[in-house]
Amino acid sequence: MVLRAEGDRVEVLPRQFPTNRGGLCQKGWTAAELLDHPDRLTTPLLRDPSGELRPATWDAALDRVAAGIRAVQSGHGRDAVAVFGGGGLTNEKAYALGKFARVALRTRHIDYNGRWCMSSAAAAGIRAFGVDRGLPFPLADLGRADTLLLVGANPAETMPPLMRHLTDQRRRGGRLIVVDPRVTATARQADLHLQPLPGTDLAVANALLHIAVIEGLVDKAYVDARTTGFEQVRRTVAGCWPAEVERLSGVPVADLEATVRALAGGSAIILTARGAEQHAKGVDTVSAFVNLALALGLPGRPGSGYGCLTGQGNGQGGREHGQKSDQLPGYRKIDDPAARAHVAGVWGVDPDELPGPGVPAYRLLDSLGTPGGPRAMLVFGSNPVVSAPRAARVTERLRGLDLLVVADFLLSETAALADVVLPVAQWAEEEGTMTNLEGRVLRRQALRRPPPGVRTDLDILAGLAARLDAGDPEAGRFPTDPRVVFAELRRASAGGPADYAGITWERIERDEGVFWPCPDPDGPDAPRLFADRFPTPDGRARFHPVTHRPAAEEVCAEYPLHFTTGRVLAQYQSGTQTRRVAALRRAAPGGFVELHPDLADRLGVDEGDELVVTSRRGELRAPARLSPTIRPDTVFAPFHWAGAARANSVTNDATDPVSGMPEFKICAVRVERA
Amino acid sequence: MRVVIVGYGMAGSRLAAELHARGGEHKVTVLGAEPHRAYNRIMLSTLLAGKIGEPDVELAEVAGQGVDVRTGADVTAIDRAAREVRTDDGDRIGYDHLVLATGSRALVPPLPGLDPTDLPARVAAFRTLDDCRRILAVARDARSVLVLGGGLLGLEAARGLAARGLDVTVVHPVGHLMERQLDPAAGAVLAGTLAGLGVRTELAVGGSGVQVDADEVRLRLTDGRTLAADLLVLSCGVRPETGLAAAAGLAVERGVVVDDRLRTTDPHVSAIGDCAQHDGTLTGLVAPAWAQARVVAQLLTGEDPTVRYRARPAVTRLKAAGIDLAAMGDPTDGPGEELTFADPARGTYARLRIHDERLTGAILLGDNPTVGTVVQLFDRGGPVPTDRRALLLGRAVGATAAAPAESPALMPDAATVCQCNDVRKGALVACWRDGARTVDEVVAATRASTGCGGCREAVAGIVDWLCEADSVGAAR
Repeated sequence: MVLRAEGDRVEVLPRQFPTNRGGLCQKGWTAAELLDHPDRLTTPLLRDPSGELRPATWDAALDRVAAGIRAVQSGHGRDAVAVFGGGGLTNEKAYALGKFARVALRTRHIDYNGRWCMSSAAAAGIRAFGVDRGLPFPLADLGRADTLLLVGANPAETMPPLMRHLTDQRRRGGRLIVVDPRVTATARQADLHLQPLPGTDLAVANALLHIAVIEGLVDKAYVDARTTGFEQVRRTVAGCWPAEVERLSGVPVADLEATVRALAGGSAIILTARGAEQHAKGVDTVSAFVNLALALGLPGRPGSGYGCLTGQGNGQGGREHGQKSDQLPGYRKIDDPAARAHVAGVWGVDPDELPGPGVPAYRLLDSLGTPGGPRAMLVFGSNPVVSAPRAARVTERLRGLDLLVVADFLLSETAALADVVLPVAQWAEEEGTMTNLEGRVLRRQALRRPPPGVRTDLDILAGLAARLDAGDPEAGRFPTDPRVVFAELRRASAGGPADYAGITWERIERDEGVFWPCPDPDGPDAPRLFADRFPTPDGRARFHPVTHRPAAEEVCAEYPLHFTTGRVLAQYQSGTQTRRVAALRRAAPGGFVELHPDLADRLGVDEGDELVVTSRRGELRAPARLSPTIRPDTVFAPFHWAGAARANSVTNDATDPVSGMPEFKICAVRVERA
Repeated sequence: MRVVIVGYGMAGSRLAAELHARGGEHKVTVLGAEPHRAYNRIMLSTLLAGKIGEPDVELAEVAGQGVDVRTGADVTAIDRAAREVRTDDGDRIGYDHLVLATGSRALVPPLPGLDPTDLPARVAAFRTLDDCRRILAVARDARSVLVLGGGLLGLEAARGLAARGLDVTVVHPVGHLMERQLDPAAGAVLAGTLAGLGVRTELAVGGSGVQVDADEVRLRLTDGRTLAADLLVLSCGVRPETGLAAAAGLAVERGVVVDDRLRTTDPHVSAIGDCAQHDGTLTGLVAPAWAQARVVAQLLTGEDPTVRYRARPAVTRLKAAGIDLAAMGDPTDGPGEELTFADPARGTYARLRIHDERLTGAILLGDNPTVGTVVQLFDRGGPVPTDRRALLLGRAVGATAAAPAESPALMPDAATVCQCNDVRKGALVACWRDGARTVDEVVAATRASTGCGGCREAVAGIVDWLCEADSVGAAR
């Protein structure tokens, strides 16, 4: 989008850009309302002895944070302080936050809410391709694919402008196939909709590959020339015959066959999103679809491939530069000695001083305040009280901290628990870069100065670093100018998988964004990856055998229904922002529980009746919304609301063993009238 | 613990994999009589059809990962007192726990001219990979095939061979095909479907003798006729391989008798798969065999000492190009209500039985979009839809979005035109009244169609309608 300022008023207008093609949904149109919202925080808040949050000066607030960090670290060690970031932060801020944790705090404990979002696809992508870039091709390629398979993706509600590419695709005669347990707005537009039982996507993918094998649709030349490991995968899927998967998933064999034939016919793109990924087997589920794509010879072929739809504003860039517990800038691994040496060199520290890998987000949150766990945490751009699984437990853990610091521009539910709240600038008030789902680095331009009393996240990190490192005059190691931070990021990422060395702000502005990897300022960028080789040691993509396993929690007599979560069009993430915009509140005023009329009938429930959804972990209360588009054995609730309607009070905190992704998309519940 | 598995078919290989997946201190030895690695029997008809090669039917194996797999090893005896098995080459292999997964073998009917121990080249059973090789060796130069037996396996073989372009005739001694799963009406529809795929059926007539010479095989029928073909495939049922168990003194009825822990009358010996008889029943299907393998693995590794095998009702599925058949339970008999749908001209037939809001049996043949839902409801015992048509006609019933109004005039003002920006018809009308006269002006003022763009035509239609209603020409 583009912004127009009239005096201090900022207006949002859509921008003709290859990604959104001039489209903007209501969240975009209304985004500027938050800039001058009455709830906006414009002064630091400190919790006083009586337990109230009271306005304070920046010096008092930062002094309190620094003193708290010092007290905790001297008593319990460096790892006793944790950092929790967000996928909405700019690349510069995400980079600075990772550096701050490793260099100023020297703690291994940093992770971020992208763990809830991208981690399963990221792990599977790295496992197969040697790199994780959401789409290894421009989004516009979707419009030219003969067949699109969307797995657990609902862009009609979560990313409406993307639908313009899908409209293009169908106008050209392409087919859209959607895999989703609900008949979503996206599924309604599909030529074929597979409606599996939640938690069975992996089996569906393996059955698709089984069919590809028995129908002779595997691209043998591609498999031979460009991949390794197919034999083992082929033998594994031999045990996933379609009739058995039909019984497990409820997807008719004929629909599975039609799907494979459509994918094998010409150019095809397979996309996964949170529906497939937010499971305790999310990585394996993505691997199963990647296996299918590889067997059909799609990745690297023009107009074809596998990709994942990134969720948050900077979901891609936010996961590349050091917010992840096991990662250094440039998508380097923190346990790789060469990576440590390179990044330590840029940072001017001894590689041995860099901490090792921490733990993924949920494990981190669940360890807060427990023996051996962190006792202080700094949160930037995240609201885990609403967005974390098993949220009541996470809330208790946050309450158990000696020090909780939250940087935000609104008093989120997490900020409301904090000892120190630091008010920060918003998107229209800061410079920087974001990397979108295509791996395209984009500029964010400041249109106005932050209101008085508000600082940027970079200011905060610099202020804290100066206080923590009082003896060191080189407080400039944490520059506050995002342009300077980006220059440093370029050096830190140089040579890594996500190489930004050749990307400058000027080049981004000139070229409508720059696709990484781009190692050379005068060399090309990389809109399409994998044309000749994959960035693996042998240049080949790797198959990975995976098998279906049940959900971490299955239905039983006491909890007989499947529960799944997701989004609605007019709200975003934990709702801290969008719930405060009047137009969005009007469109989506509150939480609800979607259930099938047959189920409602058996429960004696009418439209609008208050329901209680109970799992082993907690309950949510919200009105019933009857819909024939959901399976009668499954209920759905959106996760944007706090309080009684908080969906994450119910969700399961089982996590994927590889990615640490929580199982947001399936658990067992019972539903009653309140 | 030393675990010895006799049989390297789908049950035995699965058990080895389940044990391996659980880790632990087990030494697992698998003894397979067939000379090749484990394969998926369900894919053999596809192999007959010529769409895939032998490597495509191989299953993932765990040999070499702490599991000792010996193929071509025929077990000749079990010494329960010594807890060891003996193989035909004189090996003795000790066990702490023995699992029989010996499967079943094809029955050769007692017809004059057929020696079960020495079938001529032009006659083959249809059970194993070796059987397939025998069939294919002849089928390559054959033009016509007789299949004796119109049960599930016989029809799969017939379909596979017809797909190779062979002229196939199925001879079935009962009045309709797959009589164990189908009612006569469904059998008739299926026979019609098969005819369209080039498979003839001879019903209510059996074989009475076989003659084979160098050029052809002749099957004499009980009605006095004789059919000749290049190849005769026998699909007359299977019999569990229980010889080892019986010789070792274990209780054997039709199969090796096992309890809910899959244990035989010797607590150190279990049996799974086709050779096992649980609760009076032989399964003969892969899914229950794999469920049994899982239970045995959970018990042997101590993962869940309380786990017990519970038989799930069988679902018979025949799915090949042109054929889509699912049968479960018995929809022809019992209490409750019955749903039927038949369109024989298009090969579609459905018969379902519902009792106490649960599905107790179903036959679905042909293009039934509900097959996945029906199979799952039967399998999980879930409540059936209030609108029973949803079971016959698919999820579309009750799930379609409201059809767009014929004319914008009929649209209520509160109807949402643009979902992305939450714009209702009333807002577009109000915008018109405020002076906007083109689509672009209306869009600029309301933001309708600026999200996904999907409602652009609807917005244009409403603007057109407003133009006409006001008799004011409007440029778009």
